[in-house]
Amino acid sequence: MPQEFRLILKYADEPGYTPDIECYLRHGGYESLRKALAIAPKTLPDGKVVGAPEQIRDDVKLSGLRGRGGAGFSCGLKWSFVDRRSGKPIYLICNADESEPGTFKDRQILHKDPHQMIEGMIISCFANDVKLAYIYIRGEFPEGARILNRALNEARAKNFLGKNILGSGYDLEIHVHRGAGAYICGEETGLIESLEGKRAYPRIKPPYFPAILGLYQCPTIVNNVETLCAVKHIVGMGGAEFAKLGTPNNTGTRIVSVSGHVRKPGYYEIEVGKATIGQLINDFAGGLREGRKLKAVIPGGSSAKVFKAGEKFKLKKKGPDGKDIEQEVDMLDLPYDFDSLMAAGSMSGSGALIIMDDSTDIVAALANLSEFYAHESCGQCTPCREGSLWMSKALHRMAHGEGRKQDADYLLKIADNIPGGRTICAFGEACSWPVQSFVGKFKDEFVARGEADEARRAAGATRPSHS
Amino acid sequence: MSAPVATEPKPAPPAVETLKVKVDGLEIAVPKTMPDPLTGKPVPTTMIQACTLARTDVPHYCYHPKLPVAGNCRMCLVEFGTPAMGPDRKPVLNPDGTPKIAKSPRPAIACATPISPGMEIYTTTPGVKAMREGVLEFLLINHPLDCPICDQAGECKLQEYSVDYGQATSRFVEPKVHKPKQVDLGPRIVLDDERCILCTRCIRFTKDIAGDDALGIVNRGSYNTLSAYPGKAFDNNYTLNTVDLCPVGALTSKDFRFQMRVWFLKETKSVCTSCATGCNIVIGAREEKVYRYEPRENDAVNSSWMCDSGRLNYKWIGAENRLTEIRRQNPGAGGEKITWTTAAKEIADRLLAAKPGTVAIVASARQTNEELFLLSQLAKKLNALTDSVPRIQIGDKLLLSADRNPNSNGAKLTGIAPAQLGSNLRKIAEGIGKGTIKTLLVFGEDVTRHGIGADLLAKLDTLVASEILPNQTTKLAHYVLPGCAHAEKRGTFTNGKGRVQKFMKAVEPRGDARPEGEFLHELVAAVNGNPGFTSIEGLFNWMAREIPAFNGLTWGGLGDTGVTIVLPS
Ligand SMILES: Cc1cc2nc3c(=O)[nH]c(=O)nc-3n(C[C@H](O)[C@H](O)[C@H](O)COP(=O)(O)O)c2cc1C
Ligand code: SF4
Ligand code: SF4
Ligand code: SF4
Ligand code: FES
Repeated sequence: MPQEFRLILKYADEPGYTPDIECYLRHGGYESLRKALAIAPKTLPDGKVVGAPEQIRDDVKLSGLRGRGGAGFSCGLKWSFVDRRSGKPIYLICNADESEPGTFKDRQILHKDPHQMIEGMIISCFANDVKLAYIYIRGEFPEGARILNRALNEARAKNFLGKNILGSGYDLEIHVHRGAGAYICGEETGLIESLEGKRAYPRIKPPYFPAILGLYQCPTIVNNVETLCAVKHIVGMGGAEFAKLGTPNNTGTRIVSVSGHVRKPGYYEIEVGKATIGQLINDFAGGLREGRKLKAVIPGGSSAKVFKAGEKFKLKKKGPDGKDIEQEVDMLDLPYDFDSLMAAGSMSGSGALIIMDDSTDIVAALANLSEFYAHESCGQCTPCREGSLWMSKALHRMAHGEGRKQDADYLLKIADNIPGGRTICAFGEACSWPVQSFVGKFKDEFVARGEADEARRAAGATRPSHS
Repeated sequence: MSAPVATEPKPAPPAVETLKVKVDGLEIAVPKTMPDPLTGKPVPTTMIQACTLARTDVPHYCYHPKLPVAGNCRMCLVEFGTPAMGPDRKPVLNPDGTPKIAKSPRPAIACATPISPGMEIYTTTPGVKAMREGVLEFLLINHPLDCPICDQAGECKLQEYSVDYGQATSRFVEPKVHKPKQVDLGPRIVLDDERCILCTRCIRFTKDIAGDDALGIVNRGSYNTLSAYPGKAFDNNYTLNTVDLCPVGALTSKDFRFQMRVWFLKETKSVCTSCATGCNIVIGAREEKVYRYEPRENDAVNSSWMCDSGRLNYKWIGAENRLTEIRRQNPGAGGEKITWTTAAKEIADRLLAAKPGTVAIVASARQTNEELFLLSQLAKKLNALTDSVPRIQIGDKLLLSADRNPNSNGAKLTGIAPAQLGSNLRKIAEGIGKGTIKTLLVFGEDVTRHGIGADLLAKLDTLVASEILPNQTTKLAHYVLPGCAHAEKRGTFTNGKGRVQKFMKAVEPRGDARPEGEFLHELVAAVNGNPGFTSIEGLFNWMAREIPAFNGLTWGGLGDTGVTIVLPS
């Protein structure tokens, strides 16, 4: 039976572990920062001198760390895109907006071990020559913001922050900024606009790639809370060691939020890819409720495409001879990692598993998700603005007994006109993927619902039979 | 006399690097960079600019060449490819030696995506058509589709593109989103939020061009609603430009809405006369009535904008009390209607009889170069003291000039006005007072409001007043000549920066009114013995030969957007 592997949440839930700096220091806190600041410049054979920041960046690249916020993009690569020649200041922003439905991992860190994140952030800032950084925390986390501000004050008092940090000559200031209460504030360019005091309208890319034209039109790094914590551990144990955790190209650990129809919903930290979806449901989250059968799983936060129970995928694997071999895997046997879920047509996204058992009304479930997206679309670009509400209205109608048998196709046609680069930001995908996958994979249920409603209306009944 | 050459003050064009792209198979070389609409700094050329250069239309709503790019409507989505690169970072070639093109799996918005060497842009593929259809469908589902009562009908991009790219039937069966209608956005603008497609053109213009952060969007998603800042009126002096920019009928001008269907309007190229900037305009008229002014693009003058005060300053043209008769008056004791021929003869006789130095002329810096030139010819012959009336108020940084005369420079260049406009007015008043000035010709001004009161006018042997609307001076004049609004004639002005610009006739003069230049030309002919008026072209070209600063100009050479001359310092 697979075990949790607690790296980031190592101490968080230990009895007596408190979020104050003394507790953190007793547990080896800020040692990685001391180590980072003490790294000596290295002279390469060709005479080139590599400073501590660049060495850390190289180590993060070596670690294979991928972003934990949603897209799973290589952290080292992201940092390498930063325009370091513009002469403009470089900013770093910690994305603590955690608002993807089903996701509740960042808040564990923020509430229980804020210094770990702050340490990871200071190291990341040092590695990227950042002098001013922000923590953008969602508006609905007032307690988190309070804890963070207290922690920052503590860190300042100990000179982990501020001028000439620990005598290294490095200066850094970090501010907490509370979000305005919108899901779109978590999208990195929407976040940047919001941080600038504007409406969180995501920016067009090109030209506004954060690494070049980010906050105040300066090069900017946006990283998720968990990603920044991982940086602390990379410096602590070394990138090569970190890369041994998890599986190739899917290194380190991930905190998976499991919710829905399971006995023990919660967050479970695993080595990436070392547990399957089935194990997460059954071994970690205690399995389904008595007498229930699995119906569907959303593997990476509400935006990820749904998996249907029993769904099989053909995955490519490297055989012992190095050649690719194709293997059929059941959905439950998919290793929980970035690449396998992507190969299965979905994604690990924000690391949130949402479990639905056979008591789920799939139309109502999708109507619920769609309503969220219709409510949260920023409304800037046409396909998402109009499409998200259109889908939501159609689903609301279906969920209230006014379905038509053509509604399944109707929904798919709407959803197909939104994603694939037609919109400014990935919210376009986020709002259409659930519809495409729910309706696509449970089409018979959507059609049956429509037919039943039509038959009932034809018979003159006004009351929907199923709601 | 050495002739100062009339030329555009052009900086030597910097060598612009070009790169080659293909638009729907047509290869063209386009500049690598183009000026940013706000800063003028070179920025990478975008796909839509390349398509424009290749004469390929890419439908668009939010994009406007004079505004910062927003990229929100998604109407301009295109497909594209770039030369494929091998692992050696060298282009991969097809068997025939041409570079292999790797088609991008994702589309791009043409309005914001920079071009790159060898890029191929596809604007007519089935994929592109499907995306456009999709965007249009989304734009239309919540649109009220009330074209029959919409003031934008005929100028609406939603209507236009729906015909070109849309589908006839809608599958939308849900209730539409309802939003505020007939919102009183400001003193001159009404907003219909249901028609708004949220392209943010009006917001960007107001913030980035007019410098007023007055407009924004409230609410979220499909409920997004354009709004003025709560509690604040949208009332800067440039609000009506947003009506021009609005691609649909969401923003309407209180002044123009429901006055006239746009397709009935005859459009005439003209120039605004309300300040020295001389914004280029189009006059919309029907059946000899002016209905609106709209800005006309001229990057040397007004870009694509004009101010509200200038735009709305046209009603006087259609005023009920316009002067329409040529009259000989016995001030205080009535008068009678006469003909132009009689007036010309009698006035010429009086001028010829006048002793040199006893005639003065007060012209208007609202008159055309040609009219002022003719008056200067008279002045020369009669050794007359001349001037015009200054109009200095507060200007702004965008367009509005502190000088509210459209042609102060014309008045100065023709010698009618001294360097300091109005500085001769007192001398004229004194001359009349002392009895040395016995004849006064007044064109387009009420001199009683500028230091030459009724008591002084009463002392004159001859007072000729050419005017458009009655005033104190016309009341006291011996001869009243009905004048023309600029919309009723052709001519040129010289704006504050020395741009000589012509305007064309939009409507017929009222009653017996006649372009002042024609009458003056005949008067000059009678007094000087020159040939009389034949054509505006001939008159302009004559003036251009005589006035050094205008040397080298021709009526035809002015084109639609004028020519900048070097103003004598
Ligand atoms: C609609 C939308 C919402 C998002 N919300 C969050 C969020 O709440 N938290 C987060 O870390 N990333 C969120 N992201 C992803 C961010 O844009 C960004 O990719 C991420 O913060 C980068 O950090 P990482 O590289 O460390 O993962 C969101 C993306 C989209 C498109
Ligand atoms: S895709 Fe949706 S959320 Fe993203 S910018 Fe467009 S309207 Fe806003
Ligand atoms: S009012 Fe017109 S210009 Fe302004 S956002 Fe709406 S559609 Fe665009
Ligand atoms: S700026 Fe001057 S010329 Fe331009 S529209 Fe206004 S008043 Fe007319
Ligand atoms: S024109 Fe609107 S997105 Fe390009």
